[in-house]
Amino acid sequence: MFNYIIKRIGIAIPTLLILIVVTFYLMHAAPGGPFTSERPLPAQVLANIEAKYGLDQPVWRQMINYSWGVVTEFDFGPSYKYHDRTVNEIIAQGFPITLKYGFWSFIVAIGVGIPLGAIAAIRKNTWIDYFAVGVSIGAQVLPNFVMAPLLIIVFTLWLGWLPGGGWHGGDWEYLVMPVIALSTSYMASIARITRSSMLEVLNANYIRTARAKGLPTKTIFFRHVFKPSLLPVISYLGPAFVGLITGSVVIDMIFSTGGMGYFFVNAAFNRDYAVMMGITILVGSLTILFSLIADLLYAWVDPKIRY
Amino acid sequence: MYPHLFMEDFVFYLFKEKYMNYLPKSLAVGFVLATFAASSVLAAGTHPVTGEALADDQTFTYSLLDEFTSVDPQIVEDVSGSDIIRDLFEGLMNQDADGNLVPGVATGFTTNDAKNVYTFTLRDNAMWSDGNQVTAHDFVYAWQRLADPATASPYSWFAEIMALENVGAVMSGELGPEALGIRALDNHTLEVRLTASLPYFAAMTTHASTFPTPQWTIRTFGNDWTKPGNIVSNGAYVLTEHIPMERTIRERNSLYWNDEATILDKVVTLVINDENVDLTRYLAGETDKGTVPSGQYLRLKEEYPNQATSFPRLCNYYMTFNLSPSGPEAFKDVRVRHALAYAIDRSVITEKILQAGQINAFTFTPGATAGFDVPAVAFGQMSQDERNAKAQELMAEAGYGPDNPLSFEYLYNTSEGHKKIAIAAQQMWKETLGANATLANQEWKTFLKTRGGQGFELARGAWCGDYNEASTFLDLLSTPSGYNDGKFSNAEVDQLMLEARTMSDASANYTRVEEILANEMPVIPIYHYAGVFMLKTNVKGWPYNNVEQNWYSRNLYKVAQ
Repeated sequence: MFNYIIKRIGIAIPTLLILIVVTFYLMHAAPGGPFTSERPLPAQVLANIEAKYGLDQPVWRQMINYSWGVVTEFDFGPSYKYHDRTVNEIIAQGFPITLKYGFWSFIVAIGVGIPLGAIAAIRKNTWIDYFAVGVSIGAQVLPNFVMAPLLIIVFTLWLGWLPGGGWHGGDWEYLVMPVIALSTSYMASIARITRSSMLEVLNANYIRTARAKGLPTKTIFFRHVFKPSLLPVISYLGPAFVGLITGSVVIDMIFSTGGMGYFFVNAAFNRDYAVMMGITILVGSLTILFSLIADLLYAWVDPKIRY
Repeated sequence: MYPHLFMEDFVFYLFKEKYMNYLPKSLAVGFVLATFAASSVLAAGTHPVTGEALADDQTFTYSLLDEFTSVDPQIVEDVSGSDIIRDLFEGLMNQDADGNLVPGVATGFTTNDAKNVYTFTLRDNAMWSDGNQVTAHDFVYAWQRLADPATASPYSWFAEIMALENVGAVMSGELGPEALGIRALDNHTLEVRLTASLPYFAAMTTHASTFPTPQWTIRTFGNDWTKPGNIVSNGAYVLTEHIPMERTIRERNSLYWNDEATILDKVVTLVINDENVDLTRYLAGETDKGTVPSGQYLRLKEEYPNQATSFPRLCNYYMTFNLSPSGPEAFKDVRVRHALAYAIDRSVITEKILQAGQINAFTFTPGATAGFDVPAVAFGQMSQDERNAKAQELMAEAGYGPDNPLSFEYLYNTSEGHKKIAIAAQQMWKETLGANATLANQEWKTFLKTRGGQGFELARGAWCGDYNEASTFLDLLSTPSGYNDGKFSNAEVDQLMLEARTMSDASANYTRVEEILANEMPVIPIYHYAGVFMLKTNVKGWPYNNVEQNWYSRNLYKVAQ
């Protein structure tokens, strides 16, 4: 196990390096730069700015300077668009926000999705099943960029129960709508995966044996069905968790939460190179970390898997 | 994190860290309350000039579609950042509700006959929010900072168009910033030397880039000087909170020289990226000023006649022909350019598509521009049927017909709004002229790169004036302009624009340039912009007549309802 973890970390470093190189070159391959605007800057002004940020150097050198700054000083560089702030500050401000609503969305998605899928599987082909499947399909097909403004119209404009956006340090009333809008499609996927995998387990021979032995349904469910049917769910949860905590541009844009998703997408449009790189490295590292955790959980749930 | 502490100590430490921070803040709250008490006589009373009853809560909340770039006057490059800076800082001159020049930190100025030396007299009661006096040296520092290559300001070109002495050499680093043509004769007298005669120079000092900045604060905090708590400013408000991408709060500055006349106590901005959500939150009462989503103005005007507002703006929307060698042969024929310009029914675009009070354009310069009389260019006088007939005639003369249709590509930057206009134009060219336009769109920065490199046939363009004078538009179509992406070049236009720079009244030149443009048709003017927004009826003092929309929160107030 220990060796396995070391090995995975060993693979992670070259993976990140490749990510950095590819992103850096792709980013610079896009036409225009951070200071391209409708009013082209006079050559002298542009030269001064590029010299200040080191953008006058060849791309490979910029990349090495940037990576060196990240490794030695943990300095992700300045933002070219929001001049008053550095990338470290942007991440320090945006990531906790994204983390908070992402985490709660994750909890809600699991907390609702797994029971919903389980009930549907146990009561297969009853109205409960149809209801659960209906809800999850509905939640899946309603995109969050449609649902989010609808939530605001209902809860802010009509009912006046919740503020229409903002963050205010993450008070619960500012958290409710972003979490609902973000978690539903994950919740729906989890419910459907749980249902189908549980149905498969329920039809397995050993369950039939357990029933034949006369074990109570409750015991069969919690001892024999629940754990194995979670395997596909866990392999889904790893990437889903990363997706949730690395930000959603839709949530950030519609609820003005100030999370990282909007910064990330905007950085691409603004050619705000350092912001783009900083968030890419962060998201890349998290993806690697959580796929490792998912793999370890897998081994814990399924004794057949050993590393 | 705190390895030397035991758990109990650790908890205490966190407690201390959390609550000690509030100590100075509670003092600040006391201070704010004190100033509030001092001003509450005014806030709860009546307006000193109009006598209207004022609301108790003088907080004004408005939305921004995006986070602003900076509140550093010499760094800022966007409109919403400049709006905030006009509240936090004050320059030499201000604008009134009609856009006229009124005294700011300067009580007045004198100039020589050649209009290349300006001397400003500064008021002696202007204060920074930390109690220091605002002096001429603060302006010298700020203007030098604007031009200094070490600042690397994206707006340093503004120092260049102000024609300050030695600005080029300072910007390129050949001379130090102290060589710039600005100096303090004493604490309250500022002398500015220019390399050209600029009759409208004083108006340029209402621009955020020219506002004074506190050298001592910038020296202490470096890049962090604009953060709340660090920032020192000389305007009617101070920045007390800034959560990027979420909100800012600015509160009145009791040390501002004219604080007595300020009525709004607090101004809040909320970033709301989605314009429909913005409107919803406005209607829910969360903001006092909100966005009108595109295409919804007429409906909102009907439902909220006193809140939905439309007014002309200093911006134009046009299509530019590529007249450079890389452009298509067909567009080198002036008859083709005329035909394409005539065949567009502008009323369909402004009245059916945009529907927010935009104005049909037949000239490049908007009619709202100060000192500009819209010339009666011939094609603007015709009816659309006459224009269509003329267009067909010209097209046939140029040798295009059903068996030889004109084909070209129209390029615009990706946006639903531009797409609608492009499709309408495509249809009009097809129906009237039988011309085949293919539509292409590119993401913004890619588009700018393509257009700037003349990699297009016909492209979308738009321009907003930097100052309220026709040259801000017409310079764009002169040969040396860096923004002339269509590469139109006309010796007479260049000559007229050069002369206009030093004339005290250049309106005749501008009229003549517009006539040349109507004859040569290097660009197709489509419409002139309208600004639209929603404003609560209890907010008064909005400068609707200021076409540049330079507004100051200290002139706004909320009446009791």
